[in-house]
Amino acid sequence: MSSSKPIATTRSVMNLPTGRLALWWVIASEIVIFGGLLGSYIMFRLSHDAWAEQAAITSTLAGATNTFILLTSSLSAVLAHQAAERGDGPRAAKMLRLTVLGGLGFLIVKSIEWTGEIQHGYTITSNLFWSFYYTAAGLHGLHVIAGMICMLIVARAAARNQELQRVEIVGLYWHFVDVVWIFLFPLLYIAK
Amino acid sequence: MSAHAIAHEAHGHHEHADPGFFRKYLWSTDHKVIGMQYLFTGMFMAIIGGFTVYVFRMQLAFPGESVPGYGYVNATAYNSLITMHGSIMVFWVAMPVLIASFGNFLIPLMLGCDDMAFPKLNRLSYQIFLLSALVVLSTFFVPGGAFGGAWTSYPPLSASAAYNATPWGAPMWLIAVILEFVAFLLGGINFVTTAMNSRAPGMKMFDVPIVVWMIVLASLVFMGSVGPLVAGAIMLLFDQLIGTGFFNPNTGGDPILWQHLFWFFGHPEVYVVLLPAVGIVAEVMTVFSRKKLFAYRTVVYTALATSVISFFVWAHHQFIAGIDPRMAGIFTVTTLIISVPIAEMMFVYIATMYGGSIRLATPMLWALAFIAEFLIGGVTGIFLGASGADVYFHDTYFVLAHFHYTFFPIAFIGTFAGLTYWFPKMFGRHMNETLGKIHFWGTVVAFNAIFIPLFLAGAGGDHRRIFDYSAFPELASLQPLRQIATIALLVLIAFQPVFLFNFFYSMFRGKRATANPWHANTLEWAAPSPPPHGNFPEMPVVYRGPYEYSVEGREDDYWPQHVPPDDVTVDGPVEAPVAAGGH
Repeated sequence: MSSSKPIATTRSVMNLPTGRLALWWVIASEIVIFGGLLGSYIMFRLSHDAWAEQAAITSTLAGATNTFILLTSSLSAVLAHQAAERGDGPRAAKMLRLTVLGGLGFLIVKSIEWTGEIQHGYTITSNLFWSFYYTAAGLHGLHVIAGMICMLIVARAAARNQELQRVEIVGLYWHFVDVVWIFLFPLLYIAK
Repeated sequence: MSAHAIAHEAHGHHEHADPGFFRKYLWSTDHKVIGMQYLFTGMFMAIIGGFTVYVFRMQLAFPGESVPGYGYVNATAYNSLITMHGSIMVFWVAMPVLIASFGNFLIPLMLGCDDMAFPKLNRLSYQIFLLSALVVLSTFFVPGGAFGGAWTSYPPLSASAAYNATPWGAPMWLIAVILEFVAFLLGGINFVTTAMNSRAPGMKMFDVPIVVWMIVLASLVFMGSVGPLVAGAIMLLFDQLIGTGFFNPNTGGDPILWQHLFWFFGHPEVYVVLLPAVGIVAEVMTVFSRKKLFAYRTVVYTALATSVISFFVWAHHQFIAGIDPRMAGIFTVTTLIISVPIAEMMFVYIATMYGGSIRLATPMLWALAFIAEFLIGGVTGIFLGASGADVYFHDTYFVLAHFHYTFFPIAFIGTFAGLTYWFPKMFGRHMNETLGKIHFWGTVVAFNAIFIPLFLAGAGGDHRRIFDYSAFPELASLQPLRQIATIALLVLIAFQPVFLFNFFYSMFRGKRATANPWHANTLEWAAPSPPPHGNFPEMPVVYRGPYEYSVEGREDDYWPQHVPPDDVTVDGPVEAPVAAGGH
């Protein structure tokens, strides 16, 4: 099979790049997945005042650090997009890899945080709050890992000035992962 | 026009080199091959789903006797069989055949593309689907047998192996379902993107054939509704495997939450499979009535309305689950409202036939049967949607018969209409009409003979989830009805080999089909039968809507979308076919 794209891929009836259009739909379907999970959490939370004591145990410092890391990593994703727009593939690749480093930092903080909590006996089966805590943050963590893998793949091609339009698309996905965290952080950490 | 078609035929270009069986049929990115993969996988799964219903209906009609081809049915096996029948028929037959198979085959052809916007994503979608099918089939052979918590998988029954007695089957079923959802999310994103961005030059939004509209809307409804269930499935999986208590009241969880998450998807799911079937029927109706589709835009708008309202009806499944009666009132109203757009579509189809020159070929018979049978399903739904009546009917065979009067027309009658109609395009040959009609009458009559007795049994108080009615002497008088239903089922099953024979024999030995044997307007008939890789020798340009039949002042009673108006001369294709040949 040759690598040439079908005509269908190159058409743009809506005046939107096909890849970006598809990514909006990916994000739409992801929103509903996280919406279902967080909606369930909020419904429970409203009827369980006792969860506030559990939430007080979570480390707001670790959560805030991760919020800072993740949001900062979006800056390099935007810089990568900017470089790609200029046609500077190697710089876009460099910026994407920097973003991947940010994701890695996020995961490191997260694993230190979780190790401490598990050692203190707060595991996924401790009670319903911790079940939601690990499930929601874990699902988000999987999205961070998926985003990092995608960025590495896109960066490899971008370094050779290929498929530069993908830099923007993977960046959009990364922003979405950020936004999910912005919902998780107050819901799991701040709301005491 | 005919000269045009012949020119296309003669043009029919062949592959430069044979890519080999594996690359051509198993690893292909061609949307038509992927459509066929979904179709054949779905047909195979339908045989499994049919076998399970045969076994448990035999047990219900003749309790405690050995079922030929299976043996004695015990209570656990009975639970597994009904669970697998429900889940296989909904998730692994209706979904892949109606959406994925027809969607893959039709969308690029009807929109005048050479393929989907993302062919590799499309292949990945099928592979994930195949994996999910293999996982669910393998549960028949694991310790404890296949999942026995019903296809709705309500906790606590589904959450604890102590209750469902299927320690392996339950989590594997959930994993299979999650994989299947991921496959259809990928497929749906592809469908929606292709339909939005890759239409042929000249094809405006309201030039898109109804069936494509319907498949795209169904994909959107699926995309919007499945998320909470994906989240719920992960939560339930954790409940089963690592002992969390999301749905366990002992730890502060709530089993009703699962019902909300499930039905928030589960009810829109009905429309996810209904809409493509309704779309198929629209195509068949117009072609075999030789008349313009009555009120094209109304159909689109009613489909949109149905899609939106379908998100607000789910709790009608939970009228007796202890929800607030005020909420039950609201959901009664929304449920009754959703029957309005659906009824409107049925009226539109009847109006389409009015005054047309109707040809009762096999596809048209199926389309007519769809309307007649689905109408019964819709009308009986009114009883169940009204919360007062539902208190009595809930969990009886009345519900089951209602459900099958909607799903059988959708998943089988609609599919048969589509398959018999597009068969010449898919395989370049005709199916046998006589065999088609024998199969049609055998299937439709037997189908009614199964479920009319079950309506009566349900109204008589027959409860759904009972494995052996001999333990309930007060229901003994209903046993003849159960036996009639089972015998009718055997008749229904006996007629299906007629279809399978017709299908596979015609594939190789049927009468050869021309490019446009039904004299239809939509773009897929502009491609050769069967379409080659890349579909169109010249990429088509669209000049008009899809349903210009019997236009006054024209010699032919059809006017294909890609034929230029008489006063316009085109110098050549707008898009060079070179790119298509680059494969």
